[in-house]
Amino acid sequence: MKHILKYTTVIALFLGFAACNNDDDTPQVVNEEEVITTLTVTLVPQGGGNTITLTSRDLDGEGPNDPVISISGDLTANTTYTGAVTFLNETETPVEDITEEVVEEADEHQVFYVPSSALNVVFTYGNFDSNNNPLGTVFNAETGDASSGTLTVVLRHEPQKPNNGTLADAGGETDISVTFNVTIQ
Amino acid sequence: MKNLFVAVFMFVNMALSFSQQCNYTLSGKVIDIHDETPLSGATIVVAGPEIAVLSDLNGDFEVSNLCEGEFVIQVSHPECSTEVFKVLITENTSKTFKLEHHLESLNEVIISGKGFTTKTESLLENSLNEEKLDNFSNNSLGDALRELSGVSSLNTGNAIVKPIINGLHSSRITLINNGVRMQDQEWGAEHSPNIDINSATKITVIKGASALQYTGDAIGGIIISEPTRIPIKDTLYGKSIFSFSSNGRGGSNSTSVIKGFKSGWFAQFQGTIKRYGDFEAPNYILSNTGNFERDALVRLGQNKIEWGWEAQYSIFKNEIGILRASHLGGAEDLVTALNSEQPLVIEPFTYKIDRPSQEVTHQIAKFSGFKKLTGLGKLDVSYDFQHNQRFEYDIRRGDDQGKPSVDLRLATHNVNIGLEINQDPWDFKTGVVMNYQDNFANPATGVRRLIPDYKQLKIGGYTIANWQANEKISIEGGLRFDYTNMDVFKFYRTSFWELRGYDVLFPNIVVEEYGNQILTNPDLNFNNVSATIGASYKVAKNWNVLGNFSLASRAPNASELFSEGLHHSASRIELGDLRFKSEISKKLAATLQKKGKFNFTINPFLNSIDNFILIEPTGVEQTIRGNFQVWEYRQTEATLVGLDFNFSTPLFKNVSFNNTFSWVKGYERKSNKPLINMPPINFSNELRFEKNKVSVSLKQDYFFRQNEFPNTNFEVFLAASETTALIDVSTPPDAYQLWELAADYQFKLVKNSNLSIGLKVQNIFNTSYRNYLNRLRYYADDIGRNIIINTKINF
Repeated sequence: MKHILKYTTVIALFLGFAACNNDDDTPQVVNEEEVITTLTVTLVPQGGGNTITLTSRDLDGEGPNDPVISISGDLTANTTYTGAVTFLNETETPVEDITEEVVEEADEHQVFYVPSSALNVVFTYGNFDSNNNPLGTVFNAETGDASSGTLTVVLRHEPQKPNNGTLADAGGETDISVTFNVTIQ
Repeated sequence: MKNLFVAVFMFVNMALSFSQQCNYTLSGKVIDIHDETPLSGATIVVAGPEIAVLSDLNGDFEVSNLCEGEFVIQVSHPECSTEVFKVLITENTSKTFKLEHHLESLNEVIISGKGFTTKTESLLENSLNEEKLDNFSNNSLGDALRELSGVSSLNTGNAIVKPIINGLHSSRITLINNGVRMQDQEWGAEHSPNIDINSATKITVIKGASALQYTGDAIGGIIISEPTRIPIKDTLYGKSIFSFSSNGRGGSNSTSVIKGFKSGWFAQFQGTIKRYGDFEAPNYILSNTGNFERDALVRLGQNKIEWGWEAQYSIFKNEIGILRASHLGGAEDLVTALNSEQPLVIEPFTYKIDRPSQEVTHQIAKFSGFKKLTGLGKLDVSYDFQHNQRFEYDIRRGDDQGKPSVDLRLATHNVNIGLEINQDPWDFKTGVVMNYQDNFANPATGVRRLIPDYKQLKIGGYTIANWQANEKISIEGGLRFDYTNMDVFKFYRTSFWELRGYDVLFPNIVVEEYGNQILTNPDLNFNNVSATIGASYKVAKNWNVLGNFSLASRAPNASELFSEGLHHSASRIELGDLRFKSEISKKLAATLQKKGKFNFTINPFLNSIDNFILIEPTGVEQTIRGNFQVWEYRQTEATLVGLDFNFSTPLFKNVSFNNTFSWVKGYERKSNKPLINMPPINFSNELRFEKNKVSVSLKQDYFFRQNEFPNTNFEVFLAASETTALIDVSTPPDAYQLWELAADYQFKLVKNSNLSIGLKVQNIFNTSYRNYLNRLRYYADDIGRNIIINTKINF
């Protein structure tokens, strides 16, 4: 009988615990801290002319909506552009500039600019990490004759450095991969 | 007729020899009277010639050079009451001695009758005993269970091993650990059971849901891990197992000390530590695959025959490195990984566990008691609290680098009350179960919650009856009902919420909107009925036929309902469905069993599951990070059919042969499409030599290629080469076979103290292979040769 009492106490404790836990505090929203929602490539022609921007914005991250891609205009043939790329997380307020983190960890990152074979443009790196390996948040782009094709901008995390400049050799994980349809005229 | 023959034989014998013949052999087996498990280490003393022998690991013994005559034989075992038998020897004789194993121990009380000492009467129970489990001291539960036919495993690398029973795993399998139903986030494919294999002395697998006293939703089956039973006497004993492995360059130790008192008090302490560095495939190091496990268990209690209680606390903590090369960005990275012969990251050997990794801590506190009710039966009451903390670390950037990506805390309270009633020839067991669970996903990770915050209440009740119709036929039946309520707070991406049409279907559950996310409060109720009916028939001595039908139903788990986003470790987007209903399984299983020296079991089954939840690719999602394959959960009608077979036979003196074989086929009924991740046909053959204290075995494991699989390949455009690549994620790897050699020598150190030394070589030929059921097969080969030295001291 003593034991039945003991068991009853245990059950009562359990039910008490269950009852106490019935608070309805709503959980805190999580905004992805590392998500890059927006990539912007800015191309400023050396010697004057229209600045061209290429943007890809995907505000729902891995959600079902595709990234929205916008291109401000066509590139001019046989021109050298000074280029820069920025990465933003626009789900946070204030908007977080992830480019800063990438530059801080330059030896763990590299940006690749991959034009399709039909597109007459050559990219050269404009900034480097502490080991003098390319980083690529700043670059030069030299256009050739009028042509059109795709330009893919890829940010790799922890690539093999140095590498021969190809994605295959660099390895690492893809943090960003965006393809733009570009025309040079 | 036989007697006549014997008589004639005797006469001839006597005529031939004037003096007494003294070359007869008495051989046989010592077994537990309740469940017929072999008792090793029993002492068999033949009075007169005073010959004493010990039974071996299989309970077998042999006394030779006996003269003709009647002998008094005393059989004793440390955990049994000593029995005396009379045996007439007139020829080579075989005899089975049955002992009352743990006559007075807590968990097996004689009054409970045979109905419930076995977990189910009409379904085959496969179990691993202590000796077998000791050989797996350095491995995980999943590795040990693979020894049983019909049990395979879903692996993530070699440290995360999830058991698969008859083709089903995760939430479809219930794990019972010393009476506690494990609540350890078992839903995830890369979440392995949080049980220290060293804490068990017997592990039983029931391939079905028929043991309704434990659960009604075990569509795949039930795994029951039982601790050692402590006798009521003044005693102090224990064991310590040391193991060293060449592969992983590490080792493990597990030590257990048990104290018993005549007054019924008992205590046990057990601790395990395992530490391994990077494991190695035949041709390279598997970087970041080390692990570090620490476990402890304390039990204290009192066992009077009429009543008893036990308190238990255990902690299991495991840090596991996940193959570095398996961490990928989008589909483009997958192309590179699949096309590479070797993993993309190979670094020098290290013990360091880096990112990606998991760190899991599981704690159980349990209090249980029983009271015998004179003339009625037995009442059992238990309460347990479990706390499961899971961290998953990913490769992250900037300030987030040290932060976990997953931080889940699952707390569960559980109360069981059960009543056993024994009124020969009837046995009944009835009881209620109450379960309250709170899952908290820490938002400090800075990653959207993989599993939402929820509170779950489960209330269940069951009744099982067993009728021993006569000596040969036993019939059982049972019914169980479970009510589940889930109160969930889930953030959806607004875009997904609208795309799925949830905004129209469930407008009432929206709590608040935050930018591009929406907070909802689903309140889900599930009512599940499960039932079982079966019979066992003793056809003849050593021949049994069992048949069982079970109806099981399982409420969908949090992952199936609420997944919505990138699953980093799988590099794919996974989407659950809020509208899911319970899975309902109808399983028919039959067993033909032949016991004895030459023994076998044939165990066919048919499992038909309605609302079967599966996950499959449905497309490719474009994100700024590149393309990811989208996998969506959906419900379908599925059928699993299969056959498990094993047999063993003595070949020559001291040499035996064992074989296990299993086959399972799973498909969707409407489309006839194969189900993913079904174990391929596999068999194993073992040749075993045993004499006195030496045993040597050679084992072959053969795994066929899985030829039935759904095609989940997809295409992706590669900017660098301006081509479209086919990503083959579905084609299974080739067939393979592995050889294993094990040798064991046991000797006496001092009185009551044994030492056993073992050497095991796994994957003798250092074969390179990939396992269809290893989630990391895309990135690297499985592990190569492993030489293990095992030392066990019993004191």
